[in-house]
Amino acid sequence: MLVSGIALLIAGVAFAAYDLATFRSAMVRDLSTEASMVASNSVAALLFNDSHAAEETLGALRASASVVRAQIYTTDGRLFAAYSRDGSAPLPMPQFAPGATEMLAFDASSAYVARVITSDGAPVGIVRIRADLQAMYVRLGRFALIVAAVLVLSLAGALLVSRVSQRAISGPLAAVAASARQVSQAKDYGIRAPHVGTAYELTVLVDSFNEMLAEIQARDRSLQQAHDQLEARVRERTEELHAINSELEAFTYSVSHDLRAPLRHITGFASLLEQEAGAAFNEQARRHLTTITGAASRMATLIDDLLAFSRMGRATVTKRRVDLSQLVREARGEVWTDVDGRRITWEVHELPHVDADPSLLRPVMVNLLSNAIKYTSTRDEARIEVGSEVRQGEVVVFVRDNGVGFDMAYAHKLFGVFQRLHRADEFGGTGIGLANVRRIVQRHGGRTWAEGAVGAGATFYFSLPSQGAAA
Amino acid sequence: MTAADLPHILIAEDSNNDLELTLAALRSHRVANEVDVAHDGAEALDYLYRRGAYAQLAPAPLALVLLDLKMPKVDGLEVLRQIKSDPALRLTPVVMLTSSREEIDLVRSYELGVNAYVVKPVAFGQFMEAVKQLGAFWAVLNERPPMPAASSGGNRA
Repeated sequence: MLVSGIALLIAGVAFAAYDLATFRSAMVRDLSTEASMVASNSVAALLFNDSHAAEETLGALRASASVVRAQIYTTDGRLFAAYSRDGSAPLPMPQFAPGATEMLAFDASSAYVARVITSDGAPVGIVRIRADLQAMYVRLGRFALIVAAVLVLSLAGALLVSRVSQRAISGPLAAVAASARQVSQAKDYGIRAPHVGTAYELTVLVDSFNEMLAEIQARDRSLQQAHDQLEARVRERTEELHAINSELEAFTYSVSHDLRAPLRHITGFASLLEQEAGAAFNEQARRHLTTITGAASRMATLIDDLLAFSRMGRATVTKRRVDLSQLVREARGEVWTDVDGRRITWEVHELPHVDADPSLLRPVMVNLLSNAIKYTSTRDEARIEVGSEVRQGEVVVFVRDNGVGFDMAYAHKLFGVFQRLHRADEFGGTGIGLANVRRIVQRHGGRTWAEGAVGAGATFYFSLPSQGAAA
Repeated sequence: MTAADLPHILIAEDSNNDLELTLAALRSHRVANEVDVAHDGAEALDYLYRRGAYAQLAPAPLALVLLDLKMPKVDGLEVLRQIKSDPALRLTPVVMLTSSREEIDLVRSYELGVNAYVVKPVAFGQFMEAVKQLGAFWAVLNERPPMPAASSGGNRA
């Protein structure tokens, strides 16, 4: 609006300037023509010194509206004849530059033309005409008026056009923008942009926008449905799991309570039998009784271990920063009684900190150390080494001994429940310890494995994810 | 002091085998106190409140209640809860004698105010030893709290 106004103004001024220049040159030309006409017509009057005739010649200038005064001088500077429309004061005689025959001059309100009157090449007088510039100013004023009017009219027009276009284009666009904002803020894809105006492109735009919203709404709804279904399924599974878990708990509970009772009865009544009839038994019969009692005790131990194994599987893992070196010190304190006065050379390296549940990791360490002590019991010089290796993404801890070792062909059986590679009369145990180790390590997201050879010792490894492990 | 004057021991036990072993153990250690037997929790409560089959039984002071946890009808925890919530009975020492070493049973028993919790050892020698110590401690060594007259505890369920 401002730009178009300025452009219009510049154009107007330029046009006015051009017109004024044209007008002025036309005026100068006219004056010049009039001056030469007066000059040629007044030669005779000057030669005959007939000022009356000269004045008549000047009087012809009355037809020219802009000429307000005309005078003729003789060459010696005497005012010979004069014409005045407005009765203004006489003009002085102009001084010509040498060789010049015509002279032009302007002041604020008038234009002056002077011409030397010649007869056969000799100067006989001078004519001077003064023309009023009023006409030019009137024209200029009119021009300014026209430019102003055009300016005002065109600005009003532009204003009107922008108003109309706003109603037809900007309005609907703003409505679409408002709808988009509302949708993104309220996340309500049910909102639709209203149809405002009739412009074809705008209608298409609003329709496309609404179609897009409908599409998003449909996807949103199906996503929500999928999400709801998934949630329902998760809830279902969780309930099932809870049911299974409580069943399992009830099962282990009755195992713990009901399976132990008959064992107690076996040992109890075997003892009562021995007390009451033992004197009458021969040695073999007494050995049978001892076997019965021993078998019952062993089964009780198996039940206890199995229950502990089952509890370990259900225990929640609460990880925190654990100092493995400290854990090994504690585990060694726990297995001290297993050493039973034997000579064991310990080599425990500096171990890193890991993220683990110490109450679960401790039995792992205890079990591995206890195994190492157990399977080196036939060695005069037992050596047990505990170390670690920080690998990419995990900490690997190992317990190495120089004990009886094992056949690598059975390595896969080591960590199974109730799997034993030695006869019970060689080394005691229920075969649940390493199964427990594997289960705990797996619950921590780690792995367990072992290396060994018959008679050449064994190395048991477990790894733990080393998220932020530091030595 | 004759055996008749001694406070009684109540054993609530549903297993006849366990009962026989317990009684044998008490006998072999010459615990002189009279032992009364209830075969489930409901009977134990009837005995304590002198009702039902025990309505005619003369009131007697109790040195100890030995409770099995898992019993038909009313389990040991419920008997314990009723004893410890009755002002007339709650001073009676109650010992859980059970097969269960489940943490939840231990926690709940102690929460209900049990005086001791003993897991029945599988080996008979240890079982005998446990019962002997229980009998010796609670029936002989332990000084019973001053009891209100036994009749006041009766028939007030």
